[in-house]
Amino acid sequence: MIPAAFEYYRPKDMDGVLSILAEHGDDARVMAGGHSLIPMMKLRMADVPHLIDLQDVAGLSGIEVDGGQIRIGAMVTQHDIIDHADLTAAAPILREAALQIADPQVRYMGTVGGNVANGDPGNDMPGLMQCLDAQFTVVGTDGERTIAARDFYEAAYMTAREDEEVLTSVTFAAPKGGYAYEKQKRKIGDYATAAAAVQIVRDGDICTEASIAMTNLSDTPIYSEAAGAALIGTMVDAAALTAAVNAMLGDIDPTEDNRGPIAFKKHVAGVILRRAIERAWSRA
Amino acid sequence: MKDDVTSREERVENLKGMGCSRKRVEDARFTQGKGNYVDDIKLDGMLFGDFVRSPYAHARIKNIDTSAALEVPGVLAVLTAKDLEPLGLHWMPTLAGDKQMVLADGKVLFQGQEVAFVVAEDRYAAADGIEAVEVDYEELPVIVDPFEALTSDVVLREDLVAEDGSLPDGAHGPRKHHNHIFTWEAGDKDPTFDTIDAAEVVAEETMYYHRTHPCPLETCGSVASMDKVNGKLTLWGTFQAPHAIRTVVSLISGIEEHNIRVISPDIGGGFGNKVGAYPGYVCTVVASIVTGKPVKWIEDRMDNLMTTAFARDYWMKGRISATKDGKITGLHCHVTADHGGFDACADPTKFPAGFMNICTGSYDIPTAYLEVDGVYTNKAPGGVSYRCSFRVTEAVYFIERMIEVLAIELNMDAAELRRINFIRKEQFPYTAALGWEYDSGDYHTAWDKALSTVDYDGLRAEQAERVEAFKRGETRSLMGIGLSFFTEIVGAGPVKNCDILGLGMFDSCEIRIHPTGSAIARLGTISQGQGHATTFAQILASEIGLPADSITIEEGDTDTAPYGLGTYGSRSTPVAGAATAMAGRKIRAKAQMIAAYLLEVHDDDVEFDVDRFVVKGAPERFKTMKEIAFAAYNQAIPGIEPGLEAVSYYDPPNMTYPFGAYVCVMDIDVDTGVTDIRRFYALDDCGTRINPMIIEGQVHGGLTEALAVALGQEIAYDDMGNVKTGTLMDFFLPTAWEVPNYETDYTVTPSPHHPIGAKGVGESPHVGGVPCFSNAVQDAFRAFGLRHTNMPHDHWRIWKTANELGLHDMS
Repeated sequence: MIPAAFEYYRPKDMDGVLSILAEHGDDARVMAGGHSLIPMMKLRMADVPHLIDLQDVAGLSGIEVDGGQIRIGAMVTQHDIIDHADLTAAAPILREAALQIADPQVRYMGTVGGNVANGDPGNDMPGLMQCLDAQFTVVGTDGERTIAARDFYEAAYMTAREDEEVLTSVTFAAPKGGYAYEKQKRKIGDYATAAAAVQIVRDGDICTEASIAMTNLSDTPIYSEAAGAALIGTMVDAAALTAAVNAMLGDIDPTEDNRGPIAFKKHVAGVILRRAIERAWSRA
Repeated sequence: MKDDVTSREERVENLKGMGCSRKRVEDARFTQGKGNYVDDIKLDGMLFGDFVRSPYAHARIKNIDTSAALEVPGVLAVLTAKDLEPLGLHWMPTLAGDKQMVLADGKVLFQGQEVAFVVAEDRYAAADGIEAVEVDYEELPVIVDPFEALTSDVVLREDLVAEDGSLPDGAHGPRKHHNHIFTWEAGDKDPTFDTIDAAEVVAEETMYYHRTHPCPLETCGSVASMDKVNGKLTLWGTFQAPHAIRTVVSLISGIEEHNIRVISPDIGGGFGNKVGAYPGYVCTVVASIVTGKPVKWIEDRMDNLMTTAFARDYWMKGRISATKDGKITGLHCHVTADHGGFDACADPTKFPAGFMNICTGSYDIPTAYLEVDGVYTNKAPGGVSYRCSFRVTEAVYFIERMIEVLAIELNMDAAELRRINFIRKEQFPYTAALGWEYDSGDYHTAWDKALSTVDYDGLRAEQAERVEAFKRGETRSLMGIGLSFFTEIVGAGPVKNCDILGLGMFDSCEIRIHPTGSAIARLGTISQGQGHATTFAQILASEIGLPADSITIEEGDTDTAPYGLGTYGSRSTPVAGAATAMAGRKIRAKAQMIAAYLLEVHDDDVEFDVDRFVVKGAPERFKTMKEIAFAAYNQAIPGIEPGLEAVSYYDPPNMTYPFGAYVCVMDIDVDTGVTDIRRFYALDDCGTRINPMIIEGQVHGGLTEALAVALGQEIAYDDMGNVKTGTLMDFFLPTAWEVPNYETDYTVTPSPHHPIGAKGVGESPHVGGVPCFSNAVQDAFRAFGLRHTNMPHDHWRIWKTANELGLHDMS
């Protein structure tokens, strides 16, 4: 658990970050909270000759809740999310999810930006951001662009962000209706055996909008449009729940690991989604 | 110096002696980060060594090229087996009579095995040096299944096969196959088989007690410093038995024992992981001799989980017979024991399967037979007693599962089946069918107290209602009631049958009373978190009448402490605690003579009272122990040597047999396999209780490790011998979040042969806890036809049980 030697940079602004990235290309990586990257370096599974620490870069922290729009800076920690009353009022699913990530020590360090940008299928925020239809802002030498969370993930650790770009913020419209983040894990600090993010809008007895995303059940987060569609226009009764679960099961592709074999994971994914929908509907 | 203004009650209270919940004196430094662990030791010019480890579980080593590593800045040396061979240190003896490679000698037998030792100026340079060592491996067929090992043509240990292909006897007798280590038997085979064959009811079951690991928070490590000027070697390390380590180091290195000083500083948990000797210890010694500088080696977490001693890995096949009304008549157990690539079990020499022959448990079983076959596989060596006496956790799990299976066979309540088979109070001392003499017990009282406290009948009624509600589709949750009644066998042990490497398993205490009435006591044991500095001072306070707060307890430095066999198997209180009491009594005997002289009466005319000797019938005439201590150093007393010191080496006449009754109530989510422990009740009888608060802490800790083992903690291998659970992501170490509230309770049945009647408690909750948690899971499914399913009961295995019983078809 000793990393190979690396150069450590701590620039004060984004121009400084981008110039180091431009100079070293693949050999440089930016670090937010470091709770994924540092262990990988210690295991010598990640070779990072040039490590750029973002903590002194201005403008990357802060949570803005402005009317119906929410912006979360890349360096905002999970703890900041849990602690932010306005954010919790506007988008309570974030707090519910963040409380299920790791443990308090990790949540003091782990950031939203690192969590969504790393591309680890075990991370909870990517699926959550797909559920919220968030946009990720990245900046490179050619300027800023935004990428939809639902388009961002290509494969495990492979994303639409270019090597020389830095993810700076996450924005999304304040969600409406009921919500739930349901996660099964073996213990504190574990990745999900299965997790589901659900936002649901109710008009009378009828579901009018539904957004569903699943975590750690494929090599990317899975936004299941079909699962949401199965609920829309229904009274979210038993048949609709079964249809949504079946639609979701058609979208995920879990692999066997120490958490269990595929059949178990699919079964649990179904149970977890069913419970998430029921809880979100009860809150809608 | 008269202080007779205080009442007798106040004087007792001031002592903080036995029975008092004295706060742990160690905690001030531990809770402030002021402990001094091996990795805290920093010496001038100290180097750092670490291992190149095998990525393969079984491979021939064709070549090791160290040239590039030696070019890495800061790397000073790379040791391989070839370098150690001239010193005779490329192999080392194990505690089990086998030998183990220190560095790979031509082949590797498990993933993570030590191949080369890189010595560098710091650990960063060592890590870079490790990357640069090029090892050319030729992969060999891997065997991770002990049953396959016993039929395979693949020879794991060529060194144990003679040139003509014959198999020389091992340390424990004849070997049946080249991958077989030993067969060990206890009891009477034919009478047991005859009894079972003729029985009215027989229950059979095969169970696998999976491989796991003690996983102490502090990993293993050592610092060796060879002083070439005076020829003295100092070795700091994570040693549960520092004196035995000194003897072993002397025997294998040839350095005379007086020139070796072994120090166990603060140890961050052991649980059996730190009993044995590891290649890292040997390599730091050699590297210090070679370089003339101190050398440190510290494992990381993955090294610790993958290579230093594992626990369990027992395949147990049982048959238990009974009359149709439930009286047990016979028990047969066969074990296939997976020991990995080397037999490095830490057991007393004559017990290659530890005290597995305590597997008749708490029951009066007239005939029994046990047979254990030890087997080599391509897994890490070890086989230590993880928070239990030698293999007792396996034995108790076995019998407590067999009782449950028999209850199913008899269609009988498992609590009642236990009750009618318990050894009765009047039968103690009780000689079991497999040979042990149980010292004392009152099982029925403990069992009745446990069952009435939890309202056992009420729980069974609630469970029956739950089953009906489940069948009606009103709930997806089942309720399990886990029962266990255990008897430990601890305090190894009587020298007549317990030794390790020929060293008798006595223990020792040496006491010096200072002139002003304070004291230091040194012991042959070593605390790893058990609180010895607190509790041994309490024993002494009660024995010698000086306050515990005025007594320093010191352990772990072989230059100052008397020889002892260390701390594991709950032996500290039964053995060193007895030595402490006996040494204290020697102090008291001399103090009595001094008191009599000072009071101008005959020795027989004074008697001990809390903290003083008083003249019989005249309590106003007394000398306090403090006064007596002063006199011992300052007054010429005819016929009595100055000073007040004593030493005692205690060879226990028997083991001690703590016992307990546990009940676990658990809810199980049938659809996800998630368990929720609603209630856990633990009644422990450890004989005389020295410090109730420390006992409670020990029970909480042991239960938590039991929960871990029962519900998910394992060292799992794939077919290629790769460790699948090498980090704390996959190796389950519970946190406060996963741990339920524990209710503790007790009865007191003193040991009749121990000077203060104490039996030891640190391991009981683990021994009793594992079957209790497991039985709760299994009991939840009994109504649906489950007989037995193997641990660990993690989510997916519980789900699998439910799935195989058809319980998901109902949803």
